[in-house]
Amino acid sequence: MLALKLAYRNLKGAGLRTWLNVAVLSLAYVLIIWHQGIFTGMLKHGSRAVIEDEIAGGQYWHKNYDPFDPLSYDESHGPIPAELSSLIEDKKATPILIRQAAIYPEGRVQTVLLKGIEPGQKILGIPSASLGKEEDALPVLIGRRMARSTSLDIGDYLTIRWRDVQGTFDAVEGKIVEIMNTEVVVIDKGQLWVPLAELQKMTGMKDEATIIVVSQNVQGQKDVSDWKFKDQKFLLTDINQMVRSKRISASILYVVLLFLAMLAIFDTQVLSIFKRRKEIGTLIALGMTRRQVISLFTLEGAMHGILAIGIGAIYGIPWITFYSKIGMKVPQATEEYGFALAERLFPSYSVALVLGTVLIVMATVTIVSYLPTRKISKMKPTEALKGKIS
Amino acid sequence: MKKLILLILLISCAVVYGQEPSGRAILERVDENYTAENHRATSTMVIKGRRATRTLQAESWIQGVDKAFTEYLSPAREKGTKMLKLGDELWIYSPSTDRIIKIAGHMLKRSVMGSDLSYEDYMEDPVLSNIYNAQLTGDENIDGRDCYILELLAKKEGVAYYRRKMWVDMERYLPLKEELFAKGGKLLKRFVIKEVFKVGKRWYPKRMVFKDVLKSGEGTEFIIDSIEFDVEIPEYIFSKASLRK
Repeated sequence: MLALKLAYRNLKGAGLRTWLNVAVLSLAYVLIIWHQGIFTGMLKHGSRAVIEDEIAGGQYWHKNYDPFDPLSYDESHGPIPAELSSLIEDKKATPILIRQAAIYPEGRVQTVLLKGIEPGQKILGIPSASLGKEEDALPVLIGRRMARSTSLDIGDYLTIRWRDVQGTFDAVEGKIVEIMNTEVVVIDKGQLWVPLAELQKMTGMKDEATIIVVSQNVQGQKDVSDWKFKDQKFLLTDINQMVRSKRISASILYVVLLFLAMLAIFDTQVLSIFKRRKEIGTLIALGMTRRQVISLFTLEGAMHGILAIGIGAIYGIPWITFYSKIGMKVPQATEEYGFALAERLFPSYSVALVLGTVLIVMATVTIVSYLPTRKISKMKPTEALKGKIS
Repeated sequence: MKKLILLILLISCAVVYGQEPSGRAILERVDENYTAENHRATSTMVIKGRRATRTLQAESWIQGVDKAFTEYLSPAREKGTKMLKLGDELWIYSPSTDRIIKIAGHMLKRSVMGSDLSYEDYMEDPVLSNIYNAQLTGDENIDGRDCYILELLAKKEGVAYYRRKMWVDMERYLPLKEELFAKGGKLLKRFVIKEVFKVGKRWYPKRMVFKDVLKSGEGTEFIIDSIEFDVEIPEYIFSKASLRK
């Protein structure tokens, strides 16, 4: 307790030097927590959006389907097996047929993915019901990014050209019936959603699908013949890895911030020991062991970290709370990252995040505070009393 | 009685002689004009886009219907780009990246060098009588030439264009105009021969225009600068190794 009081008094006595160190350190706390909160928010939101609009409780993939290999699309379709048909009938799964096609927006040819989905499905958050309306052309649903890149709007017509199952060209006029505002880029860019039955008829693939999405309420799915089950964990791997890599690249900023703060504390400790040689000698002469003196100085250094928590809390909590309530506007360019991002990003903070950050910073501060104090162990009290340092 | 039979036979012969050739026969004559055991050609492709016109020159070696090799000679940007077709496989070599890429799947839908032709068109069987049933539906005069009008319908599954309409020069057996349709009946591409020339005994297109009617722009003009039939082509030309040479 005495050491704590002494340490606090000495820190206060150091005046502006102490408060500068504390300010830099508090900035490190607040920035790390705020930044990590952004990534956690990104991951949480992205995962939720992907689950709602794209993967639900998991997906069955046709054995040839590989979303990263467009060459696989031609061969990745097959009849829906009976085991999965019963799930579809019970509204616990919905099939999607994926084919390649070409469209001609503004006279340019553009390769797209034609995705057939049941208009009545409720498993995914895609507004597929609009595909069930009677139209004078093939009803087409697109995302807002696709609409922007092709300058298409609701009510516009477009020519869609594709090859049927045998490889013969066919073409039809499509009509944009709705533009969905999804945050999931992979179900938006370069894609046209059409009624499943129509696509099956157009391509000659009756009762066939490429993937089958199962509801979130269905558990314990296993592979069924040519259909491989991919669970949520597998399907979210990309978004997890992307956020992890962003966290790692952001940690460079934390290292720089902490380095600046630690440099200041280290310098302060060295200067403090040099200036307070007589005090060290007196304390040892009065009966304190060298270890106790080292502890006192280390505590003083580490107290920067404790004070920084208080200062950081004063301006950091309102700042962080403000952003977690109103969110942050996401620049349009980040849509190109390839994962789900809302127009406003809401950072997410947890006790573990705050405690973890405090622990890391405090441990670093303590180590940096301790290092210069090792010199005290070599001091002779008589020389220290005279103001000399050996 | 004998005289009557002879008269009927004579009349029948006259009718048969005066009859127009069948659609199939016309199509086979067209194929004869186009196909050869092998040929080598230099050509110019003028791509008329919405904003600019590009001119490319190429040299091609073609063996039967399965093997084809094309090397682009100009402009400087495309010089050295090569394409190799072996059966139903197609590779392209780009000298700027020094890579050989197999063109397959969705890449086949892309246009060749920004033209109105896609790689898929390049992969088609050039012997039309192999894949289409032809029916003569009429005649029409195109640019002063009398033409048969042929309706071609795919005789098997998997043919890229299910239906074609062809205006074939009655004398030279060259399709002066051709329209390619989707299975649903939508017109996809139009092909017009603007100029022809005689190579040996056969008539061949000299200048033609391809137009993807769904795309904007004036289409792609294709000019045959020189062509030689039944020449000796070394076998190594049709190997992947020749792409990098």
